[in-house]
Amino acid sequence: MSKNNIVYPYIPNSVPEVKAEMMKVIGINDPMELYEREIPEELRFKGVMNLPEPIYDEYSIKRHTEDILKKNKNASEYLCFLGAGCAPHFVPAVCDEINGRGEFLTAYVGESIADHGKWQAFFEYASLMAELCDMDILSIPMYDGAQAAASSIRMANRINSRGTVLIPEKINPENMMVLKNYLKSVPEPDIKIVTLKCDAAGLIDVEDLKSKISQDVCAVMIENPTYLGSVEVKAEEIGKIAREAGAEYIVYTDPISLGVMEAPANYGATITCGDFHTLGLHMGAGGCQGGFIATFDDMKYISEFKDLMFGITETSVEGEYGFGEVLFDRTSYGSRDKANEFTGTSTGLWAITAGVYLAIMGPKGMEEVGTTIMQRSQYAAKKIAEVPGVEVNMSAPFFKEFVVDFNKTGKTAAEINEALLGYKIIGGKDLSFDFPEMGQSILFCVTEIHTKDDIDKLAYALKGIVSR
Amino acid sequence: MSRDRYSRFRKFHQAKWDEEIIFELSVPGERGVLVPKAEAAVADEIGDGVSVLGGLKRKKAPALPEVSQMRVNRHYLRLSQETMGTDVNIDISQGTCTMKYSPKVQEHLAARHPGIVEVHPLQDPDTMQGVLEIIYRTEQLMKEISGLDHFCFQPGGGAHGVYTNASIIREYHLSRGDYKRDEIITTMFSHPCDAATPNTAGFKVITLMPDENGFPPIEAFKAALSERTAGIMITNPEDTGIYNPRIKEYVDAAHAVGALCSYDQANANAFLGIARAKEAGFDMCHFNMHKTFSAPHGCMGPATGAVGYKDFLKPFMPVPRVEFDGRKYYLDYNCPQSIGKTRSFLGNFGVILKSYMWIMQHGAEGLKEAAICSVLNNNYMMKKLKETRGVVMYYDFGVGKNRLEQVRWSWEKLQQDTGFGTGDVNQRLSDFGIQHYWTSHHPWVVPEPFTLEPCESYSKDDLDEYCGVLAEISRECYEEPEVIKGAPHCGPTHRVKHPEINDEELIAVTWRQYLKKKGLKK
Repeated sequence: MSKNNIVYPYIPNSVPEVKAEMMKVIGINDPMELYEREIPEELRFKGVMNLPEPIYDEYSIKRHTEDILKKNKNASEYLCFLGAGCAPHFVPAVCDEINGRGEFLTAYVGESIADHGKWQAFFEYASLMAELCDMDILSIPMYDGAQAAASSIRMANRINSRGTVLIPEKINPENMMVLKNYLKSVPEPDIKIVTLKCDAAGLIDVEDLKSKISQDVCAVMIENPTYLGSVEVKAEEIGKIAREAGAEYIVYTDPISLGVMEAPANYGATITCGDFHTLGLHMGAGGCQGGFIATFDDMKYISEFKDLMFGITETSVEGEYGFGEVLFDRTSYGSRDKANEFTGTSTGLWAITAGVYLAIMGPKGMEEVGTTIMQRSQYAAKKIAEVPGVEVNMSAPFFKEFVVDFNKTGKTAAEINEALLGYKIIGGKDLSFDFPEMGQSILFCVTEIHTKDDIDKLAYALKGIVSR
Repeated sequence: MSRDRYSRFRKFHQAKWDEEIIFELSVPGERGVLVPKAEAAVADEIGDGVSVLGGLKRKKAPALPEVSQMRVNRHYLRLSQETMGTDVNIDISQGTCTMKYSPKVQEHLAARHPGIVEVHPLQDPDTMQGVLEIIYRTEQLMKEISGLDHFCFQPGGGAHGVYTNASIIREYHLSRGDYKRDEIITTMFSHPCDAATPNTAGFKVITLMPDENGFPPIEAFKAALSERTAGIMITNPEDTGIYNPRIKEYVDAAHAVGALCSYDQANANAFLGIARAKEAGFDMCHFNMHKTFSAPHGCMGPATGAVGYKDFLKPFMPVPRVEFDGRKYYLDYNCPQSIGKTRSFLGNFGVILKSYMWIMQHGAEGLKEAAICSVLNNNYMMKKLKETRGVVMYYDFGVGKNRLEQVRWSWEKLQQDTGFGTGDVNQRLSDFGIQHYWTSHHPWVVPEPFTLEPCESYSKDDLDEYCGVLAEISRECYEEPEVIKGAPHCGPTHRVKHPEINDEELIAVTWRQYLKKKGLKK
C-alpha cells in the first residue's frame, strides 16, 4: 500500500501485510533500501512526480477516456471517403473475435511448443499471403507498408550493391518520408533515391524511366495501384526494363486488390510488398497498419529478409507439426549489428488477423470484394464527374481511389472537405499540400462498404457545395 | 479439482488439438463469409467493373483455402488455445519483456470504441481532437516520468524507437556540418537493437564487453570515445538486471567528446518515480509502452516505442508534432530539420491510449508503487532461487549488491552436475502451465542463461508457485532424468526436430514451399 492508502488492483502485493511478509523474507525494513544499495544518491529522483491526480476506479477511467474519444468524428456516424494508405473496409466479425482472444493478445516471444498456436498462425499468415501474392516466401510482419517498401529496397541493394533506387515521384507521401530517412547513412545516403516523372494519375513516364535506368540502379519500385488510385497499365513493360538492366523490380501493392488484379509476381515483380491493413483490420486512427514483403523461393532473397521466419518442421512424434526459426542469424536477435537491418516487435496480432481474413474470404471472397470496390469506385467517379465544374481525369483504370479536380470550381480542396463535414461526410485526401502542381484536387476512396446511396449522397453534396 | 494440496503443483495439460494447417481444411465451394455486392443499378451502369483491367486482370484465382465460417473460427480458437499468453499463465518467464497485466478496460475501449476504431488517421485535426488530446496528454505524462522535454509516439516498437533515436543522432551531427562522426558505442548486455539500429542508420558500431562487475569498465569506455563518436546507445539496467551506478560518468565522458547519449529504457519498470533519464544526463531515451506501460504485447505487436528528447533535439523529431494552442490541438509539419517519419501516420494510437489509461489510473504514487513492488518481487524471488539446486547467479556480489527488477540466471551448475542445461529445463517448464522462459540475447555471455522478470502484476503466491516449479524441475534433473529427456509431455506438440533451420533443403516458411519441398502437389 502506498502513502495514499490505495491497494492497486493491478498490483497484488500492494497489500501492506503481504509486502511486510516479503520484506521480512528479504531481510529489509523498507523497500527503498533495495534502491539505496544500487542507485547512487545523485541519480535518484527526489520528490514526487508532478502528474495529474489519478483516476483510480475502473468506471471513472473508462468514462474519462470515453469523454475524450467522443470528440473524434468517425466513420460510424459519418460517411468516410478518405483513403491514402488507410481506408474503411469491411471487417468480418471473426477477425475481431480472434484478435480479441486473450491468449493471442497477451502472448509475446514464447517458444514454439507453449506458443505452438501462435507459430502456426504466423506460418499460415505467411502461407495465405504467399497465395495472394503468388510468391513463396514471407517473414513475420513489419511496422507498416512504408517499412516494407524501405526494407524491400534495402534487400535489393544488399543483393546487387548498386546504390540507386528509382521510384515514382507521386508515391504515397507518408511512405516517401519514411524512405528518405531509412535509406540514409553517414555521411552520404546509403541508397540514392531518384524519382520518375508521373502523369496526373500517377502513372510512370516510361521514357523517363528508360533515360534513368542504368547499371547503378539496384531496384525500380512502383506502386500498383498507385497512390492516386490508377492501375499502372505498363507494369509489365516497366518490369522488363528494370530486369533487363539487372535491377530488382519491386511492386508495392494493396493486397485487397489482388482478388481481381494480377499478382505482381505474374507481371515481372521480383519483390512484392505493401500494407496489409486492408485485410480484416479497422482504421484505428492509423494503429492497424502492417507491412509485408514477399519473394520467390530463392536463397538470394530468403537470406536477405530482416525479420524472423517460422518454418514448418517435424517433432519427435511422427506426423506432428512443429515450427522452427529459419536462418536466425539473418536477424539482429542473432547477430546484432552484423544483421540485415534490425528487427523487433512489430505487428504480430495484425498479421494473424490478416491470415484469418484471407482464410474466411477464400478465393471467391477476394474476387468479389475486389469486384465490388471496382464497380462502386467507378460508379462514384462517374457520378462525381457529372457535377458541374468538377473533373475526373484518370488516364487509366483505377482501383478504389481516384483524383477529383476542383480547380475550375473556384473552391479549394480544403473548403470542399470542410463543407462536406456539414453533410456528415468525411471527404477525401486534399492533395494540394503534397502535390501543389495538381492544384485543388482531392483523392476520394470508395470501397465495398460504400453503398450506392452513400455515393449518391456524396455526389449530391458536392453538387450543392460547388454551386454555392 | 484444485492444485495439489502439498506440492501446490497443477496437473496441467495444455490444449492439444493436432489442428490441421488451414489449407488442409479446404473444401472446394465452401464459403467463410459473403461480402457486399454492388447494387444492380450500379452494375447496370458500370458493367462488371473489372474488364477495364485488361491484361492486368488476375488470370488465376489465388489458391486460398475454401472453409466455412464455423470451421475457420474453430481453427483459430484452437490455435489461440495452443498459445500461452500472459492472460493465462504466470508470465515471469519472459525476462526483459515486462509481461505485466494489460487491463481489460483499456482493451475494450481501444478495440471497440468508434472514437478510435472508426477514425481515419488523416482526418482533419479538427475532427480528431480526441486522438490528438490523448497523444498530447500522454506526452505531458512521459515528460514528467523521464524528465526530458518532448515526446513522440510514432515508432511502432521498442527497436523502432531506438532506430528513430539513431536517426536523430545522425541528423543532429550532419546539421552541424560534423561529417566525421560515424561511430556509435554500445554494450554487450544492451539489447541487440542498440547495436543493430545504429548500423541500419549508417553508423559503425563498437560493442564493449562487461568486466567482472557486469558492465564495461569506465576506462575501456573512455578509450573507445573519440571525435568520431556520434553517440552512445545503452540500456541501464542492462538485460542482466544490473544497474550501472557510474552511468553518469559514462554520459559525461561521452558529452565531453561531443557525442549524444541515448538511453534504452526497455528495462524501466523498476525506475518509475525513482530514477530518470534527465538526472543521469541523457539527451534522449525510449520506453516500450507495451511493456512498462501495460499495453499488451499482441504476439509481437502492435507496439509503441515512445521516444523522448531534450529541447535542443526537438527540431529533429519526427513529424507531425502534436501541439496545443490553448484552445485546440493541431499537427505541426513545419519542422525543416526533422528526420521526417519512421512510421506512417501517428503511430499505433491504440497502444498510446492504453498506456495513457494505465498511467492515469496510477498517478505518481501508483507508478512508484508498481516500481517498488517489481523490485520487491524480484528480490523475494532471488532469495528463493538462490537456494535452488543447480542455479548460479552471475555477478553476485552478496548482500548489499542486489538486482533491481530482473536477473539473468544461469543453470551452469545444473549442467555440470546433470548434463541438463537451460534448454532442457525450458522444455519441461511448460508442463507446469508456465510459458517457456527467455534465455538470453545472443551471444550467451552468461552460460546456460535464463532471464526472469517478476513484475508487479504477480502475487506472492504466483512467485512461490513459479519458484516451486523451478525447484521441482531441478530435482527431476538430478533424480528423474527420464522425465526431462522427453519433455514437454503436456503441450500442444513435442520437441521440434529442427528448432533452428539453416539447411536450405529444410526451409519451408509457407505451405506452398512445404508442399514443393515434400514433393506433394497442391
